[in-house]
Amino acid sequence: MELRGAIGFSEEQADLLDVAVNFCRDKSPVDKVRTLLTDELGYDPAVWSEIAELGWLGIAIPEEFGGVGLGLAEVVPVVEQMGRNLMAGPFVSTTLAAQAILVGGTDSQKADLLPAMASGTAATLALSEDHADWDLGHIDCAAFADGDALQLSGTKTFVTDAASAEWIIASVNLDSAPALIVINRSTVPDGAIRRETVIDETRRSYQLCLDGLSVPKTSLLDSSKTAETLAHLHLASNLLLSAEMCGGTASVIDYTVDYLQTRKQFGKMIGSYQALKHPIVDAHVGYEKARSHLYSAAYTFTQQGEGEIATRMAKSTASDAFSFAADRAIQFHGGFGFTYDCDAQLYRRRAIWCEAMQGDGAYHRKKLADLLL
Amino acid sequence: MANASEQELKDYREEAAAWFKENTPAEPDFMMPLTFMEVGTDQQFNFLRDWQNKVWEAGYLGAAWPKQYGGGGLEQVFQNIATDEMRKANGPIMLNAIGINWAGPLILDMGSDEEKERYIKRILSAEDIWCQGFSEPENGSDLGNAQLKAVREGDEWVLNGSKIWTTQGNYAKYMILLARTNPDAENKYKGLSFFLSPMDVPGIETVPIRKLTGEYGFTQTFFTDARIPADCLMGEEGQGWLIAMRTLEYERGARAGQAGGYIITMPDAAEIFDLAKDAKRGGAPAIDDPLIRDELVKFLIEARSMDLCHKRSRIGPLSQDKPMSLPLMSKLVSSEFYRELNQFALSIQGTKAAYYVGEPDAHDDGVWQRGYLNAFSATIGGGTSQIQRNIIGEHVLGLPKS
Repeated sequence: MELRGAIGFSEEQADLLDVAVNFCRDKSPVDKVRTLLTDELGYDPAVWSEIAELGWLGIAIPEEFGGVGLGLAEVVPVVEQMGRNLMAGPFVSTTLAAQAILVGGTDSQKADLLPAMASGTAATLALSEDHADWDLGHIDCAAFADGDALQLSGTKTFVTDAASAEWIIASVNLDSAPALIVINRSTVPDGAIRRETVIDETRRSYQLCLDGLSVPKTSLLDSSKTAETLAHLHLASNLLLSAEMCGGTASVIDYTVDYLQTRKQFGKMIGSYQALKHPIVDAHVGYEKARSHLYSAAYTFTQQGEGEIATRMAKSTASDAFSFAADRAIQFHGGFGFTYDCDAQLYRRRAIWCEAMQGDGAYHRKKLADLLL
Repeated sequence: MANASEQELKDYREEAAAWFKENTPAEPDFMMPLTFMEVGTDQQFNFLRDWQNKVWEAGYLGAAWPKQYGGGGLEQVFQNIATDEMRKANGPIMLNAIGINWAGPLILDMGSDEEKERYIKRILSAEDIWCQGFSEPENGSDLGNAQLKAVREGDEWVLNGSKIWTTQGNYAKYMILLARTNPDAENKYKGLSFFLSPMDVPGIETVPIRKLTGEYGFTQTFFTDARIPADCLMGEEGQGWLIAMRTLEYERGARAGQAGGYIITMPDAAEIFDLAKDAKRGGAPAIDDPLIRDELVKFLIEARSMDLCHKRSRIGPLSQDKPMSLPLMSKLVSSEFYRELNQFALSIQGTKAAYYVGEPDAHDDGVWQRGYLNAFSATIGGGTSQIQRNIIGEHVLGLPKS
């Protein structure tokens, strides 16, 4: 039984972390986060353009397709800092859509789509459905071949940033096997996309009704790679969710510690009371563990076997750490914590969102048990 | 950092591996202590002293300590390799834990040349066992309030008071001792001084403490007009707190410089899987129970957390936000981990959780039961887990003092 893990940090990761720390802090102060909560688009297009100019959308895209030629390990510090500042926007959606094309797309799809995604055209994935199962192989949506076209039916849920996305990569059943297709959003009628009301108000998430929709057969990704692509997207999503959660955990702890250092009751700073001090330390220790697992997962992500183990451990620890820290953040702010104005709710809602996407801690531990025991 | 070539390190590793394979003793017919705090019989003591001496003579303990004081004079990386190979061979612990891990590094760090000359080599060889006199019966976690009195009379210090939880106190030749030299100092910390005190003088008496397991390993140490030479004072009068804090950094592994080897045998997680396969739940192996599987995976994740946090603490950009965070949390995390792991091992045994060492039908000879009870030595000793949380809260997160 291997109890030791591998961890490392490249110069590129360090450089990106450095830039992301400052950029995300400057571009996403919390008053701006709050303004965007009620904004229909949900993010600042000017900041999105800057992100594209920084080249971040192409970090994990090969140079031949207009990217930087690094990997998801280098995307991790960027997403971590976005999470730290509750930054909104279709960055993760687009990065994951590019991964779908990169791993599972045909040569012409790669040539057509990846350069655009690398330079700032948003895209997203549509993998979830109403059955709410985390198993990406469980697909009820269908595609039927009809000449040169595919007739689609069913509904995808939690299609993040669908309103901003130029392309949506959806999973369907074709001839009773899972398949992935690229849908050009301009071909989707307005009524087929409905915004969902979700717990994390920094998100924009949509349902996509496929009934009556038709796409050309050339929209199919390489059918020989569907299983591999779905498995990759599951782990890649979890890696980036873990990054976002680690950033959020660090931030909600800082936010709470600030309050514990300033709020006085019974003549003493409340942070001097061990009933508050000890649990916030536990939250901090949980965060440090989660961050170690995160960068271990980033480091080993491309290794067959080990990458999966490390990523599932990262999601499990990050879910537990973020949920605990944000839950205690509400409680430790007392009456203020129960108000909309206290930022603790922003983090708690986000923790619930992140945990619910692509498997919570218990789900990943069950997968780990099957891998390790 | 390392100047040694890859080839040199590789050769060294091969030599060390071969040596430990050849020399690691077979399990004796008496129960071996799993940690340095469990040395309760002369038989155990002599066995472990011989082993440490042998490892040192072979050059695999103190490899990175200065040659002139009995060390190997090599880079730290060599000692790390030797320790690694020692672990792989699953050999016994190093006996003289306080000497090699905290008194020794402290003396090398802050001691005079004469002190280094006098003490270091005999620490490595285990000729001189060292113990620590910090905790007192009335002052456990509140170390700064230590009351053992040291009064200067001519060329001597006269000691009166008592220390408790002295690991290997009955075997020790020397003690690192925190004593109050000035009861009228402007605050409690400034009245403390630090001594490298002999134990074999009249007026120092050690009384073994019987632990919750029924075994021994610690003493209470009584000082009654005990006279020690004036030059036993380390540093200056009034620097006791400062030196004690430095000592605790060595103890907690927050500062490097230890002689190497290990002083605690970690329960091998593989053993708990074997237990989960052996133990039955509803007629089926416990390892098939989904709840137990979830817990086992949590322990695996946690074991890896400790390793990864240790490794991440050496990666500058990933640990600079709060530099003391990872080092200061390691004692809390590892001690609680082993307590919980042992506790969990009991919970999967069904009614057999109630057996104990000595019962032939107990799982693994009762090692989990005994291990669980002994695990509290680490969650209480060296600053309880509750004190650790205060330290992290105050020194890492910047919260006000409790």
